[in-house]
Amino acid sequence: MNSHLNVMVGGEAGQGVQSVGFILAKAFARGGYHIFADQDYESRIRGGHNFYRVRVADSKIAAIAEAVDVLVALNKETIELHQKEVAAKGVIVFDNEKITDVAGIPSAFGVPLERLAVEQAGDKVMTNTVALGAALGLVRYDFAVSEQVLREYFKGGDISANNIKAARAGCKYVQENYHGDFDRFLSPISQVKRMLLNGNDAISLGAIAAGCKFVAAYPMTPTTSIMEYMAAKADEFGLAMVQAEDEISAINMAIGAGYAGVRAMTATSGSGFCLMTEGLGLAGITETPVVIVEGQRPGPAVGLPTRTEQGDLQFVLYAHQGDFPRAVLAPGTFEDCFWLTVKAFNLAEKYQLPVLVMTDHHLASSYGTIEKFDISKVAIERGLLVSDKEANDSAYKRHLITESGISPRAFPGQGKALVVTDADEHDEAGHLIEDADTRTRMMDKRLRKLTGLSKEISPPELYGSAETDTLLIGWGSTRGAIREATDILCQEGSSVSSLYLSELWPFPSGNIAGLLDKAKRSFVIESNATGQMSRLIRTETGKKTGTILKYDGRPFTPNEIVQAIKKEGR
Amino acid sequence: MATIADYAGIPIAWCPGCGNFGILNSVKRALVELGMEPHQILLVSGIGQAGKLPHYTKGNVFNSLHGRPLSPAIGAKIANPELKVIAISGDGDAYGEGGNHFLHTMRRNHDITYLVHDNQVYALTKGQASPTSDAGFVTKTTPYGAAPPVNPIALAIVSGATLVSRGYAGDIEHLAGLIKTSISHKGFSLLDILQPCVSFNHKNTYNWYRERVYKLENEAGYDPTNKALALAKAEEWGERIPTGVIYRQDRLTYDEQIPALKMGPLVKQKIDPGLAAKLLDELL
Ligand SMILES: Cc1ncc(C[n+]2csc(CCOP(=O)(O)OP(=O)(O)O)c2C)c(N)n1
Ligand code: SF4
Ligand SMILES: [Mg+2]
Repeated sequence: MNSHLNVMVGGEAGQGVQSVGFILAKAFARGGYHIFADQDYESRIRGGHNFYRVRVADSKIAAIAEAVDVLVALNKETIELHQKEVAAKGVIVFDNEKITDVAGIPSAFGVPLERLAVEQAGDKVMTNTVALGAALGLVRYDFAVSEQVLREYFKGGDISANNIKAARAGCKYVQENYHGDFDRFLSPISQVKRMLLNGNDAISLGAIAAGCKFVAAYPMTPTTSIMEYMAAKADEFGLAMVQAEDEISAINMAIGAGYAGVRAMTATSGSGFCLMTEGLGLAGITETPVVIVEGQRPGPAVGLPTRTEQGDLQFVLYAHQGDFPRAVLAPGTFEDCFWLTVKAFNLAEKYQLPVLVMTDHHLASSYGTIEKFDISKVAIERGLLVSDKEANDSAYKRHLITESGISPRAFPGQGKALVVTDADEHDEAGHLIEDADTRTRMMDKRLRKLTGLSKEISPPELYGSAETDTLLIGWGSTRGAIREATDILCQEGSSVSSLYLSELWPFPSGNIAGLLDKAKRSFVIESNATGQMSRLIRTETGKKTGTILKYDGRPFTPNEIVQAIKKEGR
Repeated sequence: MATIADYAGIPIAWCPGCGNFGILNSVKRALVELGMEPHQILLVSGIGQAGKLPHYTKGNVFNSLHGRPLSPAIGAKIANPELKVIAISGDGDAYGEGGNHFLHTMRRNHDITYLVHDNQVYALTKGQASPTSDAGFVTKTTPYGAAPPVNPIALAIVSGATLVSRGYAGDIEHLAGLIKTSISHKGFSLLDILQPCVSFNHKNTYNWYRERVYKLENEAGYDPTNKALALAKAEEWGERIPTGVIYRQDRLTYDEQIPALKMGPLVKQKIDPGLAAKLLDELL
């Protein structure tokens, strides 16, 4: 892999950091490059410090890098905070008419950003676009490609035209005035078109492709953009998106829709999921399919609202009153976000239970380039549904006890059959009961569904050889960083492989135990303070692993993992 | 045509003499008189004595959590608007545990009938004060007397409910009529039903209610579309307690404003993953 360029755009909230970052990412993607971009922002609308990193390479990348080649500093704080990250021949682009005391920073290159915005585009709000142009000028990128992206981003008209002028002015200024030794030049390498999306986009697309017809949710970072995406596409795709009054209502609405026979979902973060736990049990006992996206962020309570963590694992696995089966999937790539969401809807209906899709802020809001999903491979498996004819059978029992634990499912109003279910323990017909025997038989029936469900869980993905000195284990969003760290360590001559879990429950213990035995040592690398996956592995396999933990709210970089492994010795 | 016998349910576990029997009989009568078949109805209840009602009659039943029946009722109604959705709660279920859902369901005007068995006490948990217990009502958990009650009728009027009524479990004829009116109403209808609990509420008894209730339809000049008049009636509680339709307004329902439903019930729409292909192109 050849990492060509790493750009960081920094500034206050409200200065347009995000648009510059996204437009740069899109412009490079259009030139055939692979992109990985992440955002770091505070929980505020104005002020504070935000940055957006865009990493550009000529082969697939899935993690952030540390050394910054171009730092676009929209304010002085950005220079102060990030000048140490700038690479040897890197450049800091800043407004030298606004920030005048940066003497002594050799990489700083001043551009009169605001003045050019006013002179060339007629408004200082386009200062950020001038800076974007300056970055493009530095890397000598084909301006026509960026111009097209700007036009689409600003949706034509005068706003587009003025932003294009602003970008061109920044670009021209750099071409005429920069004479330093920056040498990370880029030009488009191919016409290949890839999608540029984030984890939430991929989950939303998965839900729409899977035929989700009902979404109820309550806004909470990092999953709000799923609500927004689904709402934007609702009319076109015949689905309803309800902004519920709270998360309790959100999950209960989705369960009502699932009971009535449509594919339904909700999305939230840890705090919201706390409010959903009673509903989770309701889906369990009423055997109602529902998909819940749980986008983690650092807790406890409100924690760090706009940052990342994998601290909800044990909670999501065990949140319940009593016992009931569930499935937990945890995508670690944009592709998985799509395909595991499709799988979640299928499992929910086949096994008539709640399915959780766990992500985190890093995966949900980072952008990357990937090939278009092959939609023709999306299979819809709705499970055991009764035919319209059978739905007229007056002897129909919603919770019929079967060998597999799965009862044929009719929808209310489908026919004359009455579909009866209850949050209380109930009999096969769905009516509440108190007797010991029925209770035991119903519990056993529900738990029997785990047998079939376990067989649906894909084994963890091994990267490298099973015969290894060091096995790095990860789950969810750390996948990209762990793989890259594995490559670096192998290139340096170590014997390292990695194992990545994305389908967490029912836990695929068998596959993991064997690999742990083969490796000389193993470490779980996860973004939480107590090693929750490491504990899960120990509980399920009896095997102990080391841990490399990070819980400062920031994502792992490959280099951090490499350094941590080296510190472990050998 | 379904008959009362077609609406028989499983054996009943309520106390003899409970006001819930009057409600159950009124519900059955209303459904029969409306010519409805059990499979056309969805009864969504919460937890409490009231929440058991669906099992004691016939219909599709989703007996949900304590305080939550409105939420699954909303989801099911949007998924399949062809179902007649009736939600059933006790006063604790509706106005205590489920208070937030109550407010917002009214505001959004979901097309749901809400029957609240208001016995002014938590009956299933054996006699604690409820949100509608009269001020000073002494129970084991409120030894110094309950705080002043919420006023569900006033709340409903100001929160956007489009039909607000009060019934009395001791007058089946009248109650069945109110249930029919509520079910026939397009939009959210609240029917708060005064329900004597013979085991745990020895204050608000059959006699207590009988001496006080009167019917608004007998009151010359009462106009339920007049919000100011309705609010004044909502405040009336003590010597005289109004029953009947207290407030009514016309407003688009939530479902009517969902474009996706113009193509028919969501539950009848085919799933076609291929349609999503164009969304991928938008991201190139
Ligand atoms: C989350 C939760 N909290 C508490 C309970 C216990 N509980 C069951 S019914 C009930 C109150 C019932 O009162 P009401 O809703 O007025 O119904 P009633 O029995 O009077 O008809 C309570 C507190 C519960 N089931 N779930
Ligand atoms: S406790 Fe009260 S409400 Fe419950 S069944 Fe007995 S009388 Fe009715
Ligand atoms: Mg009560």
